[in-house]
Amino acid sequence: MSIETTHLQSGTITVPSETHNEVHHAHHEETFLTKYVFSQDHKTIAKQFLITGMFWAVVGGLFSVIFRLQLGFPEARFPWMESLLGEWARGGQLQPEAYYALVTMHGTVLVFFVLTAGLSGTFSNLLIPLQVGARDMASPFLNMLSYWFFFIASIVMLSSLFVQTGPFSGGWTAYPPLSALGEASPGSKVGMDLWLVSMALFVVSALLGGLNYIATVLNMRTKGMSMTRLPLTIWAFFFTAVLGVLSFPVLFSGFILLIFDRHFGTSFYLSDIYINGQALPNEGGSAILYQHLFWFLGHPEVYIILLPAMGMVSEILSVNSRKPIFGYMAMVGSLFAIAILAFLVWAHHMFVTGLNPFLGAFFVLLTLLIAVPSAIKVFNWITTLWRGNVRFTPAMLFAMGFVSLFISGGLTGIFLGNSALDIHLHDTYFVVAHFHIVMGVASMFGMFAGIYHWYPKMYSRYLNNTLGYIHFWVTIVGAYLIFWPMHYTGLAGVPRRYYDFSIWESFKNFGSLNQFISIVSIIVFLTQLLFLFNFFYSIWKGRKVTTENPWGANTLEWTTPITPGHGNWVGEIPEVHRWPYDYGKDGKDFITQTTPVGADESKH
Amino acid sequence: MSTEIYLIIAAALLVFIVIFQISKASEYVSILKGEEKAKLQNNRINGFLLLGFMILGFIGVWYCNKVLYKTTLFAQGPASVEGETYDQMFMWTTAVTGLVFVITQFFLFFFAWKYQAKEGKKVFFFPHNNKLELIWTVIPAIFLTGLVVFGLKFWFRITADAPKDALKVEIIGKQFGWTMRYAGKDKQFGKTYFKVIDDAKSNSLGQIWSDNETFKLKADPANYDDIVTTSTMYLVKGRPAQLIIGSRDVIHDVGLVHFRMKMDAVPGIPTTIWFTPKYTTKEMKERTGNPDFVFEISCDQMCGNGHYSMKGTIEVVTQEEFDVWIAKQKPNYLVANPDKEPKAPTADTISNKIAAVTVKSN
Repeated sequence: MSIETTHLQSGTITVPSETHNEVHHAHHEETFLTKYVFSQDHKTIAKQFLITGMFWAVVGGLFSVIFRLQLGFPEARFPWMESLLGEWARGGQLQPEAYYALVTMHGTVLVFFVLTAGLSGTFSNLLIPLQVGARDMASPFLNMLSYWFFFIASIVMLSSLFVQTGPFSGGWTAYPPLSALGEASPGSKVGMDLWLVSMALFVVSALLGGLNYIATVLNMRTKGMSMTRLPLTIWAFFFTAVLGVLSFPVLFSGFILLIFDRHFGTSFYLSDIYINGQALPNEGGSAILYQHLFWFLGHPEVYIILLPAMGMVSEILSVNSRKPIFGYMAMVGSLFAIAILAFLVWAHHMFVTGLNPFLGAFFVLLTLLIAVPSAIKVFNWITTLWRGNVRFTPAMLFAMGFVSLFISGGLTGIFLGNSALDIHLHDTYFVVAHFHIVMGVASMFGMFAGIYHWYPKMYSRYLNNTLGYIHFWVTIVGAYLIFWPMHYTGLAGVPRRYYDFSIWESFKNFGSLNQFISIVSIIVFLTQLLFLFNFFYSIWKGRKVTTENPWGANTLEWTTPITPGHGNWVGEIPEVHRWPYDYGKDGKDFITQTTPVGADESKH
Repeated sequence: MSTEIYLIIAAALLVFIVIFQISKASEYVSILKGEEKAKLQNNRINGFLLLGFMILGFIGVWYCNKVLYKTTLFAQGPASVEGETYDQMFMWTTAVTGLVFVITQFFLFFFAWKYQAKEGKKVFFFPHNNKLELIWTVIPAIFLTGLVVFGLKFWFRITADAPKDALKVEIIGKQFGWTMRYAGKDKQFGKTYFKVIDDAKSNSLGQIWSDNETFKLKADPANYDDIVTTSTMYLVKGRPAQLIIGSRDVIHDVGLVHFRMKMDAVPGIPTTIWFTPKYTTKEMKERTGNPDFVFEISCDQMCGNGHYSMKGTIEVVTQEEFDVWIAKQKPNYLVANPDKEPKAPTADTISNKIAAVTVKSN
């Protein structure tokens, strides 16, 4: 039914009588509540996602700083930590249960709340209507609900930090039986229930958002905006949404079964368990089933996080190289290939679960296949720079940082995707280094690039450049200093998720390295606070944007007024005549998408 | 201590304010100087920094390797025969990816520096080139095919059935420790059932050694000679060892870093791995120059708050030493039921018998 309404709406927008729409928009009074809180304007919803995401990034980052203190300084005592965390840090030392709770929350929060909601929620919302030429999302109301479901999910997750038995502490992947049995860990008691409720609400939010993005991209493009004239950002958001819509329900089903196992006596995941001096009645379940359901989302999730960053980086690299993105169709094709393959590789997370080796072989093949479209993307990004006129705005630097990190982290994926090599590296610090670089930091860089680049559109002001440069340089140097040496601890076999290494003859010799990593991560964390300060200060005090198109970009968002109202364009929505990457063509610096093709223009 | 904290916070705030003031000032300066000029200056600085970052980065990568390589397990070599292929394959993959790493990072930063914005420069309009794109689709595909073939060959070798003469050891995880079981002289593991587990009666694996009405179980005589130990697993140098892995509660993982092996322990679903120890523990002590060296079993799957302390050890010995050790072990059935101990023969004769059988079986 919602598809039908979309059709109707898109009808009213693309036919000439759309001015009607404009009148309609103008005459309802906005109150504070409808403008800033329960707003249906995609731009405001984008900001809501972004700022909530920032809140979570600070929380998740702070968690990592606290557990890094334990890893770097296991002998030290921090009285302030006891004042902050109470029982969790008895005598100023982080306790194992707190360590595991923080590690788990760090993962959950960063993966889902920051890099999914904060990244794709923010930029899909902001850019899809603006870049396809639509007044708003297909369903602004569902869009608003999407944010508020995320908000409630956030509240529930946050509340789990304050229950007596603590939040869930079994790792962000929440493998049963550990996550199914309260007897197995205090975090698996009510904390896990709250975790599941929060995640279920989050899935609802992701689905509402995703369906909206898909409907908007497919149905609400302005006149002349064929699919092959879409900026790569939109292609990336589109594939991201498709991935989410197809995989989140599977995760949800996995969670439902887990809830049943926890509370209603079923045995989907449980079998042959003897715990706390008691044999449980469950027989016949498979703990591995959950891992299949989880990773069927879990792997696409990696690309849900990465693709939006790739899209924005493509756009920003092209704009700031003053050159078309190299190989537009190959870029779209590789996004498509990655999106398809994302569904066919989930079991590479499960090579050591006793997976059938023959089946494993297919997952090896399909996993390493992803390296091909990834390689195409990297080579195309680099070629985009070649013989360009490259401007190093903070956004551009972050985009380049993304490419560098994507290369570094992507290449280690070739080790992990090859099952025979994975056997030794699985669940060591090598994996931690790999996914933090390629998915965590790289996507974060994509997000920063997006924020610096589109901040003028969001707040009609600029971020402070110098702070931006400081932010970039400290963060990229710090990221490499933190995660590069971790590969080596992984190669020494050091397992991840260890609270303390002192009893291990094989792993106890990394004390000074861990100290170094912890110190750098604190510095990097503080630098992010500097960025946050820049962000909020500039909303009110930043330098004002005085031109509609500050970066000299071709895409449609820069044809809107400096401060666009709800509805984005005054008057008719502009018509599109060309692809978005005519930079440096025929000696012209840039030719916007709204410029009709001239008679003497060269073909390409 | 708390004053120290306030001081640190105050210092951090001060640094923040200084950085912020400088940044604000530089913004004003750039407006005064003319924005275009300021932009070009920023470009020069950042272009230079990017090049510098690349050069220092490569040096850093080299230095990191120099300092940390000796801490990795590759420096001491694999302790299993299969691990030799592993290390070889790892090095090949490192070579291929390392090459790609250097080339792509170099061009990324070099192009950025070389083609940085300058006034009046014309860019090269270069939207696509099918030949180039074909080249860099095909070349990675060829390299990856090589890695996949190498990888799968090795994968099928190590996941194939264990050699017939393999020493079978069962290893069962629980929060937070390991229990090992040897089949005893009949070379057969007795059946177990989790509901008859009874830690108090030394039956931590649920060996079925008596009939049970409630669960309709029949005693399995194969259990009577099974040896159960919780401290150290003994393996034989040069003889393949097959581990049959299980768990009593949540998912654990048998991590054997020195043997380049790892496998999850899943409740209800037994898994197996096999490998061939290459050196005895004594030899490893000499090889590593560490008198405290020990083969450790680390739990590599998050299993609860004691995860980090879930440690087991392996002692690799020669066949002769192994025979002596196993002969000293008392079957768990007799440990749990001392009254069932055969009356006449002394412990000495039992161990002699067992030793005889073990030797014959080899």
